Amino acid sequence: MSGAGADRVFHALADTTRRDIVALVVQGEHSVSDLARRYPMSFAAVQKHVAVLERAGLVSKHRLGREQRVRGEVGTVREAHRVLDQIEALWQGRLGRIEDLVTSPPIPDSKGDTS
Amino acid sequence: MSVTSVEKDTESLTMTITAQFDAPSARVWQVWTDPRQLEKWWGPPTYPATVVGHDITPGGTVTYFMTGPEGDTHHGWWRVSAVDAPHHLEFVDGFADADGNPNPDMPVMNISVSLHEESGGTRMQVTTVFPTTEAMEQLAAMGMEEGMTAAMGQIDSLVMTESG
Repeated sequence: MSGAGADRVFHALADTTRRDIVALVVQGEHSVSDLARRYPMSFAAVQKHVAVLERAGLVSKHRLGREQRVRGEVGTVREAHRVLDQIEALWQGRLGRIEDLVTSPPIPDSKGDTS
Repeated sequence: MSVTSVEKDTESLTMTITAQFDAPSARVWQVWTDPRQLEKWWGPPTYPATVVGHDITPGGTVTYFMTGPEGDTHHGWWRVSAVDAPHHLEFVDGFADADGNPNPDMPVMNISVSLHEESGGTRMQVTTVFPTTEAMEQLAAMGMEEGMTAAMGQIDSLVMTESG
């Protein structure tokens, strides 16, 4: 995930309803009308949210009889989390080193050579 | 140390990390303002940082580079926007070319550090605002290094434990 793709993913996830839809359909397929019943908004509005998620690659749509089914794309969702988790890992590492610094005695290069 | 919270806001591209240290704020402040101490923690262990210029005053600049395992160097800079010792530091963090000159084509991040003394220790809050998801990707690559280092550290301590 990079550049424009990542921008679409994070833009798509910036909306509460869309995040909620992703969380739902990652666990199992839902029809668009199913989703529309869950939110206090028009069918067209929900359809629009699904379209944004689809463009970002976070969900995919397919037809089952007369129904439009929406399914979560687990790979893309994981990618988005991966970016944030890695930045968190960077800071966890930094904070661990700061901790070592501020709690060790103020002697530079105190690593003793015991040989 | 305990990381008390990590908040990731994908809407405003902001990450806020709060940690508690068992040291006075003046001591925690030094890790930001003493270049030799900054070198000990800014870069992942596989990409240690060398601080070249270090002027922590409003409008001042910090320049640094990180050296990778292949001897590859990655330059960066800070432009200090606010200083209130030992409580608050705010700066813009960006990428630079091989000569250390800011690269105008690369995104910059806004970092704000707050220190509060609390029950004998210091609570540090670091807020990073990313301009684009591209900037997040670039920083994520460094986080991947941390992940690998953490894994290697675990192996190290395992080996040390087993050999007694």
